[in-house]
Amino acid sequence: MISRAAREIAPGMVVNLGIGLPTKVVDHLAPDFPVCLHTENGLTGIGPTLPVEDADRNLIDAGGAYVSTIPGSAFFDSATSFSLVRSGRLDLTMLGAFEVAQNGDLANWKIPGKFSPGAGGGVELAQKAQRVVVLSTHTDRSGKPKLLADCTLPLTAKGCVDRIFTDMAVVDVTPQGFALREIAEGVSVDQVIAATDAELSLPDGEISVF
Amino acid sequence: MILPDKTTLIEDAIAGIRDGATVMLGGFGVPGTPFTLIRELVRQGQRDLTIIKNDANEAGMGVDHLLANGQVARLITTHIGLNPRAVAMLNSGEIDVEFCAQGILAERVRAGGAGLKAILTDIAMQTELGAGKPRIEVNGAEAMVETALRADVALLHADQADVFGNLDYAATARNFNPLMAMAADHVIAEAEAVLPLGDLPPDEVHTPGPFVDQVVRLDALSEEYGVVRR
Repeated sequence: MISRAAREIAPGMVVNLGIGLPTKVVDHLAPDFPVCLHTENGLTGIGPTLPVEDADRNLIDAGGAYVSTIPGSAFFDSATSFSLVRSGRLDLTMLGAFEVAQNGDLANWKIPGKFSPGAGGGVELAQKAQRVVVLSTHTDRSGKPKLLADCTLPLTAKGCVDRIFTDMAVVDVTPQGFALREIAEGVSVDQVIAATDAELSLPDGEISVF
Repeated sequence: MILPDKTTLIEDAIAGIRDGATVMLGGFGVPGTPFTLIRELVRQGQRDLTIIKNDANEAGMGVDHLLANGQVARLITTHIGLNPRAVAMLNSGEIDVEFCAQGILAERVRAGGAGLKAILTDIAMQTELGAGKPRIEVNGAEAMVETALRADVALLHADQADVFGNLDYAATARNFNPLMAMAADHVIAEAEAVLPLGDLPPDEVHTPGPFVDQVVRLDALSEEYGVVRR
């Protein structure tokens, strides 16, 4: 799933990888792949993550991981960082999710009564990136579907998600709702349908496997 | 002409903060957080503070000391998930927390610093973060009013300062520091190095000295500034 998601990144893009699963995507990009990674705490041109013994105490990503610079990196303040996001310069963001609705609504910041840490930069990433893809398990830890007809949790942004990569499938959000595009090796279409709590349109002909 | 020297003893700088003050704190996680100024604020014990900071740091660091010491009434922030005490105090009602989208917090601070009263945005307009905020029509589209933020005092962390208060930040320690430098009535910067006038090249100044009231030299860096082993 992570390696499949990495193929979503096209040469030349400016990309923000959210905390959690999305940060692992970078491990699947070739060292000479031309892409500019952005982190909202004020860096473009993120270099490799460093072990603590090699870390610079002043150089982190938004998730607190110690990262590095590469030739061409830039530092800037938080207003500049989100100007980049809100003005349309961010081509792609990959985010985690608690729930995604068939109209593209995303909930990933609050579970009332249980978990309310604040949304950080997630609202602007979800609302303003040119393309928003979600990386998530298909169901939560208790087996409940995360792809739903309607979100039940407070939204991060409405109608923002374009594509979802899960451990079971690649699903697009279309004007007609969820559309199954690919399935993971060893997973059946029926299993994906059963693990999705919304209508799922199927491709004509044979479905490709990742 | 010579530019004035603003270097100050930390005790004297922090003593100017009153109970009930609104205090902006620079920093995103560890980088840029003025841990030494915060420690002095904890030592002096001013209470009923409104703290404006991107995050609440982590257990045993920065904002966590202010929370543990019962000095915080209100927190305006974007994310407190790495501080269990902050989450618990929010849940128990011990502190009032206002969450803000991160870039909108930055713009509210910048607006305060620029002498503006508010900004207009569509960010979070359709979520609970936007609930109850005034809406107006701008060029035929709906926009939401987010009020500007100012503080009584801003506490900043700089990599280098000169004695006049020109500041230079390191790497991702810049974050909210240069914005908050413009948005408070009184600005105190701690710096890892305080240079004589002329030693900070004008092209490398991130925050111009006139925004800064007092400069505190850091003689040593506490463990809080170090690399966090998680």
